[in-house]
Amino acid sequence: MLDLDRATVIFQSPGGPAVRALDGVSLQVPAGQFVVVIGTNGSGKSTLQGAIAGTVRLSSGRVLLAGHDISTWSQHARARLIGRVFQDPRAGTAASLSVLENIAVAACRGRLPGLGWATDRRLRDEAAARIGRIVPGLEERLDQPIGSMSGGQRQIVTLLMATWHRPELLLLDEHTAALDPAAADRVVRATADLIRAGKLTALMVTHSLAQAASLGDRLVLVHRGRIELDVEGPAKRRLTPEDLADRFDALRRADQLDDAAARTLADLYG
Amino acid sequence: MITLLSTWTFGLTLALVALGVFVSYRLFSFPDITTDGSFTLGGVVAAGLLVAGWDPALATLAGMAAGATAGVATALINAFLGVEPLLAGILVSTSLASVNLVALGRSNVPLGRSTTLFDVVERRLGPLLERCGVDATLAGELARTAFALGVVIVAATVLYLFFRTRLGTAMRAGGDTPTMARALGRDTGLLTVGGLAIANSLTAAAGGLVAQYQGFADVQMGIGMVVWGMASVFLGRALVGGAGLGTALAAAAAGSVTFRLLVASALRAGLDPDWLKAATAAVVLAALVAPRLLGSRSKA
Repeated sequence: MLDLDRATVIFQSPGGPAVRALDGVSLQVPAGQFVVVIGTNGSGKSTLQGAIAGTVRLSSGRVLLAGHDISTWSQHARARLIGRVFQDPRAGTAASLSVLENIAVAACRGRLPGLGWATDRRLRDEAAARIGRIVPGLEERLDQPIGSMSGGQRQIVTLLMATWHRPELLLLDEHTAALDPAAADRVVRATADLIRAGKLTALMVTHSLAQAASLGDRLVLVHRGRIELDVEGPAKRRLTPEDLADRFDALRRADQLDDAAARTLADLYG
Repeated sequence: MITLLSTWTFGLTLALVALGVFVSYRLFSFPDITTDGSFTLGGVVAAGLLVAGWDPALATLAGMAAGATAGVATALINAFLGVEPLLAGILVSTSLASVNLVALGRSNVPLGRSTTLFDVVERRLGPLLERCGVDATLAGELARTAFALGVVIVAATVLYLFFRTRLGTAMRAGGDTPTMARALGRDTGLLTVGGLAIANSLTAAAGGLVAQYQGFADVQMGIGMVVWGMASVFLGRALVGGAGLGTALAAAAAGSVTFRLLVASALRAGLDPDWLKAATAAVVLAALVAPRLLGSRSKA
């Protein structure tokens, strides 16, 4: 269970205005739920993700995961509970290490690595079995440097690594945004399969309205640091990409009106 | 022949610096200026303890421990105080210049009649080589060369095995892609501390052995060592390649020996020794720039 309790993040640039990237967001995600998060650029969806992963510190509020208040935990400490897949395939895997060595590092998540061999027989067999189930043929390439693989293959290995030990939360940060459509499609299918098979609690940030409509049990739309829409169940299932596009347009029009009003006020009162 | 062997011995001893720089620079992408200071520190500590009557192996190990401490200091300054790698190394290396001077008491300490590791090896291995028919004048130097080779092989093997363990693999991952290592629960700051401790203990071991080989320690003996290490790593990579961990380690060591041979040849051909450091820096610059220049030409 993930519980965001009035999470607020204020960015203060030197000399500039304070920006409330997250404005008192409260969000409860029960165990086993798959939440898709969408939002316009600068809406706060990445900050929301960062606040959970530990890359962004909360200005106020709390993040609770599996009963722990992780608000002050470092990124690597949160990794005991959270599996992550990044937008950039290069960020989630070490290019100079082989596929199996990358998996070996993931197999140590949440425990001390120790001085045993990183890539023993047992790990090799298990990696071959698990990876072969997702991408048949890839199990033959366990000893190749992962840097020699395509972005899509790297993202699939990263997914496997993030879920090697069942995470309390799987965080997916626009993890198909950097891929070509065919690869993105394969990664999305692998993601959905892994989440369903493992009954994982997952939070996926995406910019794709098609993915947002078709994936997940629940949809959260973030705008200006707040949750503007939060639907699940039948209402979520009925959502189409067009509905979401209309929502975005409405939000944009409201923003323009807000900006125009702000300019008028500024002109009047200078 | 003796000169050639001595060049080999020196190149092999300095191969430990190349291995150290391989760890800090290639595995952790950390241009570690501490190398200059920890080389001297290793030499100074070993020399000081030898003069005080310590066993040469223990004196060398103590030098390594001192070098590791210097590496830890640099990594802590970088990882936990947020000072960038180059500056952290410069700060520690500069302070080490004082530490070394104070520890030595003066700028140069001859080992005098202290027994060095090379003496021990020469005494044990020399007669054996002579019995095998090696010329008596050659046997001593050959024993030293064999010892230096043995040390490098052991160091490279231990590094290879260590970096194949779970901890070593996590360290390589942390050096390669810190975001990935952190996302998998590794404290990349601590990994860097470990990496630089290993790198600088190797460099200090080289300093200790060089002091014992040349018979004195000098507070300036480490100047330019980081550049030497990089030159060796680049040269080795150009000669041997180095996609795998084992090949890359072997390449770094081979690079050091080759570079020493090149330097010796250049000196013989009339290069003024005063220009040696500048020539080494030029080689590193060429190694850094050449691939980029060649790459842009092939793209054009």
